[in-house]
Amino acid sequence: MLGPGIAAYLILSVVLFATGAFGVLIRRSPLIILLALELMLNAGNLALIAFARQLGNADGQIFALTVMVVAAAEAVLGLGLIVAVSRKRVELDVDRLTSLRG
Amino acid sequence: MEVVLAASASNILVWFVWIAAALALLASGVAVVLFANPFFSALALIGNLASLAVLYLLLAGEFVAGAQVIVYAGAIVIMFVFVLAYLGGRADAPWAGGPTLQNVTAIVAAAAIALEVIVVIALKAGDDLSNTAQVTGAFGSPAQIGELFLSNHLLAFEVTSIVLLVAAVGGVILGSAMPTSDDEEEAA
Repeated sequence: MLGPGIAAYLILSVVLFATGAFGVLIRRSPLIILLALELMLNAGNLALIAFARQLGNADGQIFALTVMVVAAAEAVLGLGLIVAVSRKRVELDVDRLTSLRG
Repeated sequence: MEVVLAASASNILVWFVWIAAALALLASGVAVVLFANPFFSALALIGNLASLAVLYLLLAGEFVAGAQVIVYAGAIVIMFVFVLAYLGGRADAPWAGGPTLQNVTAIVAAAAIALEVIVVIALKAGDDLSNTAQVTGAFGSPAQIGELFLSNHLLAFEVTSIVLLVAAVGGVILGSAMPTSDDEEEAA
């Protein structure tokens, strides 16, 4: 395999995952928390595809494609929830959204 | 001799592309997290997804790289941008008011996750991880992915369609005009 080995891709993946986790922990806007969640899902995908390449088995790529579909579904529902919350004229701040009562 | 030279030249090229993609990936990832304006964060996510697609290509995942650009950059980020345009993205500065206890704890927690896994990878890098399988040009091609999806992973493929249907119905229900308390007050 040309270029860096699988370990380099895995380290890149975990640094990206940590960046996403950091974003989820510090941001207050639910929109940016969703974007940071996408970063974490993509970091998982990178690790899956790196392992698929290392083992020479494309099942990991199938898993990554399935994760992509779930990420799309998650983004639709997350954005739908954010729009529904903003209709209630509530400030979009996850520290203040403490009650789910309608 | 010429073959060896050609191999090392393409190796240098792959290293160069990898370093460029890795730097773009990390820089845009940090940008997504730290931009105060959500609109810029969504744009930085496009750069992040594009550099990931380059890395997927280096890992022989042609179909996944294409699907990544179409599904993520083409659909998910555009959806984010539409919602931001609808809500009017309000800036929220993560560092306003100096470092709080929550921010410091977040840095420590994220660094702990990264360090933990990097140590494990470094311990394993010598033996198992250095043996990379030889793959042919067909690895990760649309033909191979399609064949796997319709044979070994048929159940996952079918469940995917149900997941997307449920998400679409849920999105319509969440997004449809539900009578809010304000609307009722206005009507009354």
